[in-house]
Amino acid sequence: MAVLELADAREPDLLQDADRLGLLRHMLAMRAVEERALKLYKQGRIPGSMYDGRGQEAISVAATWALAGADAVCSPLIRDLGAHLVRGTDLADIFRHYMGRRNPLSQGREGNVHFGDRRRGVVGMVSMLPDMMVVAVGLAMAFRMRGEQRCALTFFGDGATSRGDWHEAMNWAALDKLPVVFVLENNQMAYSTPTARQFAVDPVHRAAGYGIQACTVDGNDPEAVFGAVWHARRRALAGEGPTLVEAVTMRMHGHGAHDDARYVDPELVRTWSLRDPIDLFGARMRGRGADVVALSAEVDAEVEAAVQAALATPMADPATATDGVFCTAEPEPLGTGPSRYSGYAGAA
Amino acid sequence: MAQRTYLQAISDGLREEMRRDERVFVMGEDVGAFGGAFKVTDGLLEEFGAERVRDTPIAEAGIIGTAVGAAIAGLRPVCEMQFADFIACGFDQLVNVAAKMHYRLGLAVPLTVRLPSGGGFSGGPFHSQNPEAWFMHAPGLKVLAPSTPQDAKGMLAAAIRDPNPVVFLEHKHLYRRVRDEVPDGAYATQPRARLAREGTDATVIAYGAMVHAALEAAGGIDASVEVLDLRSLVPLDEEAILASVRRTSKVLVLDEANRTCAAGAQVASLIADRGFEDLDAPVRRLATPDVPIPFSPPLEQAVLPSVDAIGEAIRELLAY
Ligand SMILES: Cc1ncc(C[n+]2csc(CCOP(=O)(O)OP(=O)(O)O)c2C)c(N)n1
Repeated sequence: MAVLELADAREPDLLQDADRLGLLRHMLAMRAVEERALKLYKQGRIPGSMYDGRGQEAISVAATWALAGADAVCSPLIRDLGAHLVRGTDLADIFRHYMGRRNPLSQGREGNVHFGDRRRGVVGMVSMLPDMMVVAVGLAMAFRMRGEQRCALTFFGDGATSRGDWHEAMNWAALDKLPVVFVLENNQMAYSTPTARQFAVDPVHRAAGYGIQACTVDGNDPEAVFGAVWHARRRALAGEGPTLVEAVTMRMHGHGAHDDARYVDPELVRTWSLRDPIDLFGARMRGRGADVVALSAEVDAEVEAAVQAALATPMADPATATDGVFCTAEPEPLGTGPSRYSGYAGAA
Repeated sequence: MAQRTYLQAISDGLREEMRRDERVFVMGEDVGAFGGAFKVTDGLLEEFGAERVRDTPIAEAGIIGTAVGAAIAGLRPVCEMQFADFIACGFDQLVNVAAKMHYRLGLAVPLTVRLPSGGGFSGGPFHSQNPEAWFMHAPGLKVLAPSTPQDAKGMLAAAIRDPNPVVFLEHKHLYRRVRDEVPDGAYATQPRARLAREGTDATVIAYGAMVHAALEAAGGIDASVEVLDLRSLVPLDEEAILASVRRTSKVLVLDEANRTCAAGAQVASLIADRGFEDLDAPVRRLATPDVPIPFSPPLEQAVLPSVDAIGEAIRELLAY
């Protein structure tokens, strides 16, 4: 099973300028939301812990952008806020959720990026890595059984490739040639453990062993990520089976807000900082005539308004703490609700 | 009504639900052409095809996890664990992914996991467990354990129609041992507790295979002994339990699972908490000691609650 050529995976002609602007807007929003959230965390307004994906915005934003609205994202992880933003989740609700205030995403029962939205086809994550990979395989199985032209996309980090569920998901998806896109976010670190202490054989090469096509792309370039995922989705819907897309990047900070990352070589971070995805793509877009400064200001204003709305919302109601353990009504399946969600216009 | 074994009743229940609702499908190891390790799914492949009767790789986390995905997508998966013991390999998917999903995210997971459980046939330490207490402690899971063919069929339907993840314990020692009249066609039995035998002098509370042992023991005693079949462990029919305590004032809680934190411990604690005033004797418990279930028949018989031991415990209770 060949590892796909990069040139093959990258098809920049697919993108219209409106798409590129959308990518940039969502990357800027992800950065702005997370920087603001870190401040709120330091002010004690976000309880618990705070994790973010600064420096990795190109991956979740561009991967989700390459899907159609009916495709499932299962599930965005702690560095994948961009997936939620692309799907159109309300910014104020995200801040309400972060802060444990009343909100429709989690009703205060969850925190951080642990949320989803059934109507938008986004399944929330669980902490156990990479449990949601098999769940994504199950979604793909259901789509196939019903003859629907939909795929499931799932994110995971380099560290998550060591657990059994990863292997079960890869094997299972390959066996049935299921429409799944596996997006490996290789940011070279799993908490304080570098990939050199995580695996002896690179997951991309392991994928071949399972009978899964794989490719490696520059995780700091949204157009490269977009092209690879678009290609993987096309394969998935054509019945050619799952694809593993490895997006190579670097974690630019600690594992979470509590971690000063003293164990990382500062020189490595410095070199990668010259390749910040927003700086690079912003410069490219300026070259195409985009007013990046104005776009950024617009995004910042939206984020600030969302923060203020969230701060004005009461905390979650303790009287609801024991509600909802069981479902008491006929459930609605994923991605069938009334709300509009965004998807790549050219995906269908 | 037809005479059906417990195993045939489960098989019938599955078939009826698959006919009734095209969202229902089964998956597990060797459930297709082979018909399942115990033959519960025999014949389903012929009727419903390989899309709805899916053989899986040996991947228990995969079985539960993909079923969660399919359930979220709007299907009604029924997973078979080849033996209940192997659920340990898919435990995380059940307690962390499936069970918490609705509370955390409002996302329903209509999933049924069938667990051939229990001992009594020299299955040894890896093929004889009663793991129900593991799941009772994980909020978000329902836990059912039928004891009769009629209940097995109706409660399986109730499990499949439930919008929540349901752990369905089928006692494999009952598969071919009990036979009864079972209604034809599809029906769902609401899993409230059932009075298996009415009495006034003492109550034995049991579920699964132990209901039959309790009935046998009660029949050999010259007193009026009530047997309450719990049928559902989560939710627990607390009112039925307390009502029986009020009637008889003496209770033996019987459990085939290992004693510590078993389902029966929860029942005993409920009675201590809310039925104390109605008691004429301390609540007694009989369960399997805290050992893995041994293989050799005399060893296995030494640890599982026997009809004799149950009878003796009832007599001691009556004499208190
Ligand atoms: C099964 C499991 N074990 C341990 C953890 C704790 N944990 C959370 S994130 C993390 C590191 C994950 O690394 P990676 O998958 O590379 O993702 P990254 O944080 O680099 O984005 C660990 C060890 C966990 N979430 N799940």
